[in-house]
Amino acid sequence: MVKKSSMTKMNTFGVKSGLAQMLKGGVIMDVVTAEHAKIAEDAGAVAVMALERVPADIRKEGGVARMSDPKLIKSIMKAVTIPVMAKVRIGHFVEAQILESLGVDYIDESEVLTPADEEHHIDKRAFNVPFVCGCRDLGEALRRVNEGAAMLRTKGEAGTGNVVEAVRQARAVYSQLAALKKMSAKQLRAKAKEYRVPTELIARAAKSGKLPVVNFSAGGIATPADAALMMQLGVEGIFVGSGIFKSANPRKRAKAIVEATTHFDNPDILAKVSEGLGEPMRGIELSTLAEGERLARRGI
Amino acid sequence: MKETVGVLALQGDFQEHLDILAKLGVPAIQVRLPRDLERVGRLIIPGGESTTIGKLLVTSKLLQPIRARIKKGTPVWGTCAGGIAMAKRIADPEKGQAHLKVMDITARRNAFGRQLESFEAKIFMPKVDRKPIPVLFIRAPVFESPGKDVEVLARLPDKRIVAAQQGKILVTSFHPELTGATALHQYFLSL
Repeated sequence: MVKKSSMTKMNTFGVKSGLAQMLKGGVIMDVVTAEHAKIAEDAGAVAVMALERVPADIRKEGGVARMSDPKLIKSIMKAVTIPVMAKVRIGHFVEAQILESLGVDYIDESEVLTPADEEHHIDKRAFNVPFVCGCRDLGEALRRVNEGAAMLRTKGEAGTGNVVEAVRQARAVYSQLAALKKMSAKQLRAKAKEYRVPTELIARAAKSGKLPVVNFSAGGIATPADAALMMQLGVEGIFVGSGIFKSANPRKRAKAIVEATTHFDNPDILAKVSEGLGEPMRGIELSTLAEGERLARRGI
Repeated sequence: MKETVGVLALQGDFQEHLDILAKLGVPAIQVRLPRDLERVGRLIIPGGESTTIGKLLVTSKLLQPIRARIKKGTPVWGTCAGGIAMAKRIADPEKGQAHLKVMDITARRNAFGRQLESFEAKIFMPKVDRKPIPVLFIRAPVFESPGKDVEVLARLPDKRIVAAQQGKILVTSFHPELTGATALHQYFLSL
């Protein structure tokens, strides 16, 4: 801790959401070892998500998925200089207390892990570490912001390598946001009730036409084209989980997805970086998943 | 016609810089490719991840063209990661970290520590504004060992350098673009 003057303030919402601003236009990669983390950093990741199993393996192996071993998270924090995020179960505020004690840069309250609370998400304002949370639509996004989330990501359907849910959710969030703009004060109050958030929060989103915090896309992104698709739909950056380290050539694919996220509106560059990447992750057609296997439906 | 300002838009908070330039009524464009660079008279390199921006400067074939423009006198301002890109020396560089190396100063990355040590502050810069300027330090660097041609514009109470200038090259450890403050942008436009 550095001694700063009385003119300084720490852990404000501006400081928490400010880091998300710095990550924009970047790719955050799931890593399960310090070695993976180095590969991600070398490929140009803006941050890494430290976890024990990528979502594709969580799906395959089943059981209860929990916060990762602090030892693993610490080894990844030591291996790279870019920000390190880690996941806690929805509602598991003690896992969050532990991650805050480790000093991770961001906590992901994530549907990819098995939920610990079916009714409450974590009160994120009680923490100094900023949180990122998943959402499927505008209501869920604003509920998370109201609880103190400093960054959002659409959930997609993690561990499937299938971008269809990510697309559906991004379209939902941005079309619902556009619809707010046309609403009367009375309609906004009704929306606030429907979304279970304060009218003031809705009114602010309606006026600015933007989410109150940075929004990335997650869950199902497996190719440079997928990343660029999500960027063209309006998200501000990309989370890639299983898509990189479950592919044939993680190093090359990671670098290609980073370049595709920057040059998302330049088909010539997208064509170039998409070339010769080897097999992508196999992927799952979503209609083959049982209801209970749909991770995006977790959370309230 | 007013001169167009470019904001390097490879990664980071370039939109916030563009928003402030729009507020000031200054024409501005995103710079992602060498051909964008030809259209601008000055350049801002925003905050973001310095290792990511460094790699993208290389893959986007912008490192050499930007360096050449700066050497020819194009005014350039780097905030946070952008400032690291400008420094001749990086204290703890990532292996092979690409940077522009145009200012005779050393950048120390993550000088305050991790995100929990990020903070808001008001920085007094007599050369820029009479009033203290509200800014954010996000996993911020500091600057050390300035060369004789470098003027220090701001220090923290503990004396560490957080803003400096060498000719038309400006670096700041912090982000005025995240608080909506316009004084530093106006100062940069006057260079």
